[in-house]
Amino acid sequence: MDVIERIKSQLSSNPVLLYMKGTPDFPQCGFSATAVRALNAVDARFESVNIFEEPELREALKQYSNWPTYPQLYVNGELIGGCDIIVEMYNSGELKKVISSVSAQG
Amino acid sequence: MSPQEVEQLIRTGMPGAQVKVESDDGTHFSAVIVSEEFAGKRTLQRHQRVYATLGRLMGNEIHALTMQTHTAEEWRALQQATQQQ
Repeated sequence: MDVIERIKSQLSSNPVLLYMKGTPDFPQCGFSATAVRALNAVDARFESVNIFEEPELREALKQYSNWPTYPQLYVNGELIGGCDIIVEMYNSGELKKVISSVSAQG
Repeated sequence: MSPQEVEQLIRTGMPGAQVKVESDDGTHFSAVIVSEEFAGKRTLQRHQRVYATLGRLMGNEIHALTMQTHTAEEWRALQQATQQQ
């Protein structure tokens, strides 16, 4: 499968998906760690992709999303943002709303 | 890179913007950008607009850029709110 197809497949099969440096248990970057903490704080059930293990995808996704850094959070296939935006949405309560709307869909 | 270089790149890419960039280590930067171009745009789109001015430097020479992006009106409101506290 070509890398863009793989990205699309990951996005369509995971309603909440975090592309990050490292894993939720062992984040390898402070910004990725912050993103995981925010998601955990709103009880999000999410999947993650460690971009350190996917060098080709790491470059391709930056082009695909027009977003040059990691982490990148996607909900229902749509880019929500990076660490700054995740924290901003956590503080405003919007992150919880977005995550709850996904959980409600089952 | 120096914060001044990053500032200059953003100003060049977003004419008329007021830009202030700071950095402790030359790879992680934080920026405040005030521009009318942000009007009607969500935070995600605002950040994408700024990232576009930095091209391939983002994620390479520039490891991270933390941003506050405001229109002039939002910026004035924020300043007033801060002064009242």
